[in-house]
Amino acid sequence: MRKINYPFLILVLIILISTKFLIKNEYYLSIVIFGMFNAINASCFNILLGYTGIISLGQAAFYGIGAYFAVIVAASFGINPMLAIVLASLFSALVAFIIGYPTLKLHGHYLAMATLGFGMIIYVLMNEMAFITGGPSGFLDISKFSFFGVSIYGEHSFYIFVAIVFFLFTVLFEMFDKSYLSYKLKFIKESEFASKSFGINIFKTKLLVFSITAGITAFNGGIYAYYSGFISPVSFNFNYSIELLTMAIVGGLGTVPGGIIGAAVLTALPEFMASIEDYEMILYGCFLAVTIIFLPGGLTGLIKRILNKNASD
Amino acid sequence: MQFIYSGITSGSIFALVALGFNIIYNTTGIINFAQGEFVMIGGMLIYTLLSIYGLPFLIAAPLALLAALFIGALFERVFIKSVRSPNEIKLITITIAASIILRGLGMVIWGRNSLSVDAYIPYKVLELPAGTLTSNSLLVIIVSLVTAFSLSLFFKRSSLGKAFRACYDDKIAAGICGVDVSKIRMLAFAIAALLGVIAGIVTTPISYVTYTDGIMTGLKGFAAAILGGLGSFWGGVAGGLLLGIFEGFFASVLPSGYKDAFAFLIILAVLFLRPKGLFGKKKAERL
Repeated sequence: MRKINYPFLILVLIILISTKFLIKNEYYLSIVIFGMFNAINASCFNILLGYTGIISLGQAAFYGIGAYFAVIVAASFGINPMLAIVLASLFSALVAFIIGYPTLKLHGHYLAMATLGFGMIIYVLMNEMAFITGGPSGFLDISKFSFFGVSIYGEHSFYIFVAIVFFLFTVLFEMFDKSYLSYKLKFIKESEFASKSFGINIFKTKLLVFSITAGITAFNGGIYAYYSGFISPVSFNFNYSIELLTMAIVGGLGTVPGGIIGAAVLTALPEFMASIEDYEMILYGCFLAVTIIFLPGGLTGLIKRILNKNASD
Repeated sequence: MQFIYSGITSGSIFALVALGFNIIYNTTGIINFAQGEFVMIGGMLIYTLLSIYGLPFLIAAPLALLAALFIGALFERVFIKSVRSPNEIKLITITIAASIILRGLGMVIWGRNSLSVDAYIPYKVLELPAGTLTSNSLLVIIVSLVTAFSLSLFFKRSSLGKAFRACYDDKIAAGICGVDVSKIRMLAFAIAALLGVIAGIVTTPISYVTYTDGIMTGLKGFAAAILGGLGSFWGGVAGGLLLGIFEGFFASVLPSGYKDAFAFLIILAVLFLRPKGLFGKKKAERL
């Protein structure tokens, strides 16, 4: 069993802390915050596809469920937003369990279409059930956010909060990567028949992973709602699921840094290319296609190859 | 009962898209997530040829169809053939990447607005029992059915069509018997693109075309293919018509906003209850 990669975690921590001191501009800080949201979601997608082989094209729905559930529950019952976010996370895990129960028996493109269909249904419900969700315009002016009495407001304090959450999840993902569970998942991905004959309950394991990642994605979604102060269905549509897929694949499937690197690159890229905004979609597609065709390990694989080459020279 | 007629009209478009899915699936085992984009491109092409270049329909339509064959073949060579050591996940994601690129190209070339063309035939309303049908809708239905019939003749009678079916049965054996499997794969994509463009051409005068249309059209076509049984030719046609009628009925009893969710409920229901579809043949599960 491999050891936890401490240099990687320390590097992440250094980058997070130095970002706080180097970036004063609130706009750039907000991009970094969005990058961290994307990174957690892409890492969850990565655990599903890269480790377990579950292709889920409905991740945006769980993100949306988290955001909407937290806001609605906090507003209607007057409870603390943080508690509402935890409840939203549990609710989303429950939804994932119910959806996963029939869905995870499917494979490949059947599974892709079923999860996509689930995402679409949630998107339509967000738009149409205006009496609960506010319809296509969603919710504006989401109330203030506080955490154990500390009020969190504005880019700078939210940066600290999101960075802490992001770092904790990164540590969690790294621990997961080195755990027995991740080996079990990779075994399932390699061969379901072989892992079944070793006595692994494939279905139960997949359902567990699907529910937990849905819970994490929803937790993240709840924080996102309070950070942006405004949610509408557009943020949680099919395109976002595809963006997460692109981030995870471009970053590198089946590795912890993969989701983070992919999210960082693909969140930052449109900002550098604001002048050719129209080409953003084509660029996204090209990145994805080029990665699949030429870089099976994604950017992480590329970096590893370069490092190994230097080490051997 | 009006929903039956409108349902058959939209259903015949779903049927054409479903046929595109089935042809590619049968010859290559791939689900082409970009199938809906072909429909969008068909609408855009006919708009360009008719409204911008001012060509008569009888020249514009064959040009668009030729372009479709070319686009489909190019699609296979650029995206599918270049994937090394392909597996199902890679092939799914590469077609998703291709669909994003096509959608992006559609937006860059044709902009974000809805485009439309004039009707190809004079507008008339047919009085039918318990409802009406416009001449445009009738054209959609007739073109779709004629396309489906000629395609099934092509697969049954022509030697090239037989090569397609041989690939479906067993690619290796077909290759040994002298079928150029790689060429058949390319042609499968070309024909699927052709079907998409036909659907795009006939539907544009009725429903306009926007660069984002491909997602919904593709997904509903896939729902139709699943409903009829993935890989089954007439199953796809029947699935398309049934989905159209169900959807029309659904839209007539519930707020129409929910209509789009309905196709996915059908996908989920079929996948859970009867994964081989209504008319699918029993076949070993493809893993």
